[in-house]
Amino acid sequence: MSALLTVCRKEIIETLRERRTLFSLLLGPLFGPILFTVLINVMVSRNLSSQDEVLEVPTLGAEHAPNLIAFLRARSIQPLEKHEIANVEDAAALVATGVYDVVLVIDDAFDKDFGTDHAARVALVFDRSKNRAASRVSRVRGAVEGYGQQIGTLRLVANGVDPSLLRPLVVDELDVSTPASRSALMLGVLTYFLLFATLTGGLHLAIDTTAGERERKSLEPLLTLPVPRASLIVGKMTATVCYMLASLALTLVAFTIALKQMPLEQIGMSSTFGFATAAVAFLLLAPFAPLGAALMTTVASFTKTYREAQTYLTFVLLIPTLPLAFATMLNIEPERKLMWIPSLSQHLLVTTLIKDQPLTPAFVALSIGSTLAFGALLGWLAVRLYRREAILG
Amino acid sequence: MIEIDGISKSFGAVRALDGVGFEAKDGRITGLLGPNGAGKSTCLRILSTVLEADRGTARVGGIDLKSSPLAARRVLGVLPHSSGLYQQLTGRENIEYYGRLHGLGEEPLAARVDALIERLDLGAIANRKAKGFSQGERTKIALARALVHDPQHLLLDEPTSGLDVMATRHLRDWLRELRAQGRCVLLSSHVMQEVEALVDELVIIAAGRVTLTGSPSELRQRFPGHSLEEMFVEAVRGTEQTAA
Repeated sequence: MSALLTVCRKEIIETLRERRTLFSLLLGPLFGPILFTVLINVMVSRNLSSQDEVLEVPTLGAEHAPNLIAFLRARSIQPLEKHEIANVEDAAALVATGVYDVVLVIDDAFDKDFGTDHAARVALVFDRSKNRAASRVSRVRGAVEGYGQQIGTLRLVANGVDPSLLRPLVVDELDVSTPASRSALMLGVLTYFLLFATLTGGLHLAIDTTAGERERKSLEPLLTLPVPRASLIVGKMTATVCYMLASLALTLVAFTIALKQMPLEQIGMSSTFGFATAAVAFLLLAPFAPLGAALMTTVASFTKTYREAQTYLTFVLLIPTLPLAFATMLNIEPERKLMWIPSLSQHLLVTTLIKDQPLTPAFVALSIGSTLAFGALLGWLAVRLYRREAILG
Repeated sequence: MIEIDGISKSFGAVRALDGVGFEAKDGRITGLLGPNGAGKSTCLRILSTVLEADRGTARVGGIDLKSSPLAARRVLGVLPHSSGLYQQLTGRENIEYYGRLHGLGEEPLAARVDALIERLDLGAIANRKAKGFSQGERTKIALARALVHDPQHLLLDEPTSGLDVMATRHLRDWLRELRAQGRCVLLSSHVMQEVEALVDELVIIAAGRVTLTGSPSELRQRFPGHSLEEMFVEAVRGTEQTAA
């Protein structure tokens, strides 16, 4: 036991003196919150702009529909009549190349058809693959359709028909999402950053204590000491876990501070993310550290050099993203049978926590228990690998 | 006292050692001599318990390596070929780390490390990080590290490789001093002159077998008119012929 602690202490001290360790330790805490801040600010500014700004829309054939143009102006949509667009083909080309988000094309026969039984035609040119333009397109579409409905209603009334005859069904939308649950999608990305930061925190040590020690030729003399190899490797993994937990804690603190500065309210989000939440999130995520340490140590044990280990471990860093990607794509809800899957269970529990919903104690116990069990299994494997003669390389 | 008998070891299809047996007595420096690839390092690695023999027995100070490797390691000091230090630790910390893993208490450890630093003249580098050490400085620290628990037996794999003349002389003086203290020193080398100047007993090993043993003077008597180098060449050639 004392040998294990001696090894652990030495690895912590030695690693602390290396600049590249400090870098990897600070990578997660800095990179995550910064990226997140940028992401949220972009979202905020886009949402704000699409609601209040005067939207300028290049318009062809505005002279055919002065009333429609006036209607749009009243809704802060400014039809631009001076532009380089000559026909629909021009409009399509300019939208495709991203010069304009949306172009309104009023049919030449609009004023002629408007008074008759024909439907007057209006075209909207836009690019559905451009998400950025989606809110502007729907604003213009909504306004144009609103004009059509208003005219239709007036015509029915003029002919003595009750307009409600044309609306046999009315759909009332009742959106039950709360601000906290709307923000959860965004904050769900956060769990990945947290797991990522946990892994990167121990990356250097996991490599250095196995492949690195072999490469520097300090492994062989170490193995001649009267200490069981299990104590050596478990001591090394313990040191790795310490760094991973430190990285996780730093990242959580950084996120908590960063989220407090963000204008979450402005986009209808409210985050309950404070230091208390961060502390619970730490407890939920901490069991992932031994699992990650054992996984990285096991993988690094197969490699000959620091560089080779680094290459393999880059892929290991991607492993926790797989369940998260599925969870986000399939919109998975927390379920008992999912709680035994490491990284997915942490994601679901932390997301629940952020949504400000109650955590199910059985789920928490299952997640922690299963993650620690997987960690123990991989740790046992790492010990087995360390006992091989081939470990000397 | 180191005794090995009928030791064989194979790596896949390659037979590195084939029934090697010899003794290294206390108060003597025994030289394991042979060309590159003869099996010297494999032999020392089996004795230092990082490798396990396929067949045969090996005892260090009467302790069987196979049944109680941990007990054997307590009486063994090992300086493997190209021993690496921990770059971010100072010379002193490198030595202390091994002392703690040997289970030394903090006070005896400090006294022991002070003594080693003084005897090996390490004062100038003891508190510097190992990062910038020369080969000679590294070997000195590695040697101090191997001796931190005051072992009765010492295994050194090509200890002088990479050392300059002065460093080599210091190392020889130090090994003679360990012999005078009654310790059992076993070192490997492929350099004839080095062995001749230092060892009391010679074990010549080639192609995984012991081909010749005896003290340098004994061998000179048995093969009058031959220099040690000629004997060495003869011994190695013999195995090459039987192998072919």
